[in-house]
Amino acid sequence: MLLADDGALRNDNWRHLEDSEAIPDSNPVTVSFARWEQESEALRARNGRLGLRLPSDAPVEAIAPALDRLELIVLSFPKFTDGRAYSQARLLRGRYGYKGELRATGEVLRDQLLFMRRCGFDSFTVGQRAIDEDWPKAFADFDTFYQAAADGRDPVMRQRLSRPR
Amino acid sequence: MYRYDDFDQRFVDERVAQYRDQVRRRLAGQLSEDEFRPLRLMNGLYLQLHAYMLRIAIPYGMLSSAKLRKLAQIARRYDRGYGHFTTRQNLQLHWIKLEDTPDILAELAGVEMHAIQTSGNSFRNTTTDPFAGAAAEEIEDPRPYAELIRQWSTLHPEFSFLPRKFKIAISASAEDRAAVKMHDLGLYLRRNDKGEIGFEVLVGGGLGRTPLLAQTIKPFLPRRDLFAYLEAVLRVYNRYGRRDNLYKSRIKILVQSLGAAKFAEEVEAEWRASAQEAPSLPDNYVDEIATAFAVPAHDQSPVDEAAIQRAIARDPAFARWMKHNIAPHKIPAYSIVTISLKAVGGTPGDCSADQMELVASLADELSFGEIRVTYEQNLVLAHVRRDRLYALWQRLDQAGLGASNIGLASDIICCPGMDYCGLATARSIPIAQRLAQHLAAREDEIGRFDIKISGCINACGHHHLGHIGILGVDKNGEEVYQITLGGDAGEKASIGAIIGPAVKNAEVTEAVDRLVVVYLEQRQDGERFPDTYRRIGAAPFKAALYAPR
Repeated sequence: MLLADDGALRNDNWRHLEDSEAIPDSNPVTVSFARWEQESEALRARNGRLGLRLPSDAPVEAIAPALDRLELIVLSFPKFTDGRAYSQARLLRGRYGYKGELRATGEVLRDQLLFMRRCGFDSFTVGQRAIDEDWPKAFADFDTFYQAAADGRDPVMRQRLSRPR
Repeated sequence: MYRYDDFDQRFVDERVAQYRDQVRRRLAGQLSEDEFRPLRLMNGLYLQLHAYMLRIAIPYGMLSSAKLRKLAQIARRYDRGYGHFTTRQNLQLHWIKLEDTPDILAELAGVEMHAIQTSGNSFRNTTTDPFAGAAAEEIEDPRPYAELIRQWSTLHPEFSFLPRKFKIAISASAEDRAAVKMHDLGLYLRRNDKGEIGFEVLVGGGLGRTPLLAQTIKPFLPRRDLFAYLEAVLRVYNRYGRRDNLYKSRIKILVQSLGAAKFAEEVEAEWRASAQEAPSLPDNYVDEIATAFAVPAHDQSPVDEAAIQRAIARDPAFARWMKHNIAPHKIPAYSIVTISLKAVGGTPGDCSADQMELVASLADELSFGEIRVTYEQNLVLAHVRRDRLYALWQRLDQAGLGASNIGLASDIICCPGMDYCGLATARSIPIAQRLAQHLAAREDEIGRFDIKISGCINACGHHHLGHIGILGVDKNGEEVYQITLGGDAGEKASIGAIIGPAVKNAEVTEAVDRLVVVYLEQRQDGERFPDTYRRIGAAPFKAALYAPR
């Protein structure tokens, strides 16, 4: 199940291929970073929608030239304490201008959702707990932010400076 | 001092509501202890030996009298009537109940306080010079920058799950009273030859099991680029810092393995590449924040110095206090007063609720209602008219706060140790108490002397930076104490060297006594201990320490 950044829950209509599986020509699929490195030309030439699963230690710089071909990038939180994907997300959204879907997978927990959304994630792989514990509410935990981030929310500094005095 | 505006207040209120819900989910069984642990830690709540410990943030050590009174109330109502000031300029309460913590945080929010990020693998409390804004030789008040860093580092969306904790310190005087070089990231405020303000940036300091001093990676960073550059440092660390081994995950290990020059290059490249999207710090915004730190006008009328001299001549105890606890203020009619929390025989850094309330009242009467906490675990009233010093001292002395030992042998930095802390491997408080009792009679003769004690390798008591450092470890079920010599905090920072085999708990006082005797015999021209040690080497100390009794 997927949670979207607007709080809606929906099903995942992407297929996440094992490296041993054949690549269908038209359906939306994601491939691993290892496979991407091996077969990127064939993958880019393909007709169907394409996504990429990136481990938290992968250099996002390596995929920057291909971002216009990707419609989904799945970043991984092997443990919720592994914060590398936050930086990957910021780089993809900020420096490389990635506009497609950016998904968080792995140990995605309620109390990290807002950090993730602020860094540019717009979908989250979640389980039944997301419904039982009303996870969409977590996006509204804070309305005040001290940092500029990928979500375009005005940080406190900008709001203070634009205040009439 | 800085006051919350509506943004800051809304933020801490949102935080309390979020935390209250987290505790509700934990008590309802929706969150496992494993899932709850990082959430409570992000709010300063540890599970220790006997109870929960709440570590309350005191940003850069600054308190108003209202805040200190609230801490006293909380200590009385929810704890055992006292608190412990820490080497991070924070306050710890050691006997807290989980179900009380949402209410405690709500009470703190009511006086513009919180416990955010006093633990966890993110930014910790940014510390600074406790004499900031009052010191005679300061370039500029560092506290506005510390406050800006506090805001920027609070729930940072990208850097809340770093490989390990991250500590920042900033200093703006020639004398470094913030131990900047032992920090993950240190800032020295600098003015360049055009008169512009900027920062010397140091990275990779830290104590623990791999003690290292921070190294300069940017000699002068223009002020407007402060956060762009810090984000570059943190991004390099977040991406490349080790996450496979808890003991190798601080930024110091990354800096050490790459070398400071290579690390600086990585940061520089990241900084340049993110020039477009990185935050800039506008001058007018710094000015706006700085305004909040201005104190009301000082009373500059002349002080009757002769009357002070008469009091000194009449009262030797006051004379001692004047000699050790008073520092020069930028305005001659004022002094900076350090209130010692190191009463001989007491617990270093402990302060009762009654004492907190007294200090709050004294601050209101005598020091513009503000109080600072030092990393040496003492308190400071930074703006006291010199003609009020005698009356101040009398009232402190009556309340058990008159100890005249700042910078002396009984002014010991000490972690809570095994009496409280679940990480500790040995007791530290009783060692400090015995040492203070033993050395107090001679401490005027000994002069400036830093003893620092940690109850485990994590080094919360900064033992590596002590002139004499003492580290308690467990050796086959017995507490033994490793002794290091020659450490030094401040701008001439150095890491102490282990002198030899550890000594038993009952032998620590005798061991330190023998080392002190060597120092007194060997020192020249008022040399400080680390200077004598560097000049004569370890051998004479070693010979004395391990000589048969």
